[in-house]
Amino acid sequence: MIFDRPDEQQGSVRVRVSGSCSSLAVIPAYNEAATIAEVIGSLHEHAPDFDVLVVDDGSTDDTAERARRSGARVLSLPFNLGIGGAVQAGFLHALEHGYAFLAQVDGDGQHGAEQLSRLVQAMDEGGVDMVCGSRFLTSDFHYPAPVSRRTGIHIFAFLLSRIVGTRVSDPTSGFRLYNRRAIELFAHDYPHDYPEVEAVLMLHHHRLRMREVPVQMYARGGGSSSISTGKSGYYMIKVLLALMVGLARRRPVVDPGDLAPVTAEQGV
Amino acid sequence: MPGRIQLVAIIGSAVLLLTVLEMVRRRRLMERYALVWLLSAVVLLALASWSGALLKISRAIGVIYPPNALFFVAFAFVLLLLLHFSAAVSRLSDQTKVLAQRLALLDERVRSHEAAAAENDEDMQEAYGDDAQRGSVITRVPPRR
Repeated sequence: MIFDRPDEQQGSVRVRVSGSCSSLAVIPAYNEAATIAEVIGSLHEHAPDFDVLVVDDGSTDDTAERARRSGARVLSLPFNLGIGGAVQAGFLHALEHGYAFLAQVDGDGQHGAEQLSRLVQAMDEGGVDMVCGSRFLTSDFHYPAPVSRRTGIHIFAFLLSRIVGTRVSDPTSGFRLYNRRAIELFAHDYPHDYPEVEAVLMLHHHRLRMREVPVQMYARGGGSSSISTGKSGYYMIKVLLALMVGLARRRPVVDPGDLAPVTAEQGV
Repeated sequence: MPGRIQLVAIIGSAVLLLTVLEMVRRRRLMERYALVWLLSAVVLLALASWSGALLKISRAIGVIYPPNALFFVAFAFVLLLLLHFSAAVSRLSDQTKVLAQRLALLDERVRSHEAAAAENDEDMQEAYGDDAQRGSVITRVPPRR
């Protein structure tokens, strides 16, 4: 994307001005060579405002090479950090290059680029720092996943909704749009292993607001999920532990002048 | 405490202490990790040789056979050491994560600058022909290929 713009001023170093309305789509990818080109192409087609950054999380296949050929910028991690470390690298990139918005999109084709506009629209309506695409908000949703995983998701949803005080229907969704405040927060500190659920809790503790919008998700286009059925139990316990630890942690103090939304005051 | 087991305990903890000291001397063990080891070796050696103190401890914690109190203290130190190392590993893996991310970010920066420079170079050649290479028009140094 960067290199094929003839109208760009030649030789200029591309440093963005903070506060400009630029958007970055971050695709964390671990061995997603089968689908990555398609995902990038779809983003270029349906969301041309977004620069595309693939974070290659130490893949053993040619994910990075294919992503580069498809015109995406690529961050190549030297070894596998896990989804949390990979996404945080994306936040760091967005922070340093002054992007105003960051969209997180899965590399396996689960999230349709054409649905990104729904997230953008919700962000444009204002008042929120993160918009999350939820697959459970439409009445006719069809989510092809084993019962064990769906049960897990609903348990997290129930717990998080109690803690946060607003309804969170799909806390494990990785289809998200963040504004500059959220980017700054998560570039500084992002949960490790299975970060999505904990990230919702972090947002709440830092008095940032989130909102869900209904999206449709598709079956994986290829590759395999980072969470196999056998690991579901481990995943549940780890995330529950992370939630408890997150609750026990010292709450951040809101700086004077910061927004302190109502939802945050209804905590536990 | 019976003579033989006391002797074994003294020799064992003395060997531990000397090994740790030697490893620190040879820089095989960093001081910050050696501190807990040194502390445990010194305490074990003291308890093994000074059986009066060991007797008091065993009475205080309700152990009938004093050498068992020595094992108890040694076990407590092992747990302390393991916890210490788990904390160290956690910190190291966090630092490794930051390094990996920083490396990837810098790598991307270098690549984009090189690509921009290469593109720039080609355009210069198109526009100025060989002058670009001689540097008479352009002060910019072309990147090495």
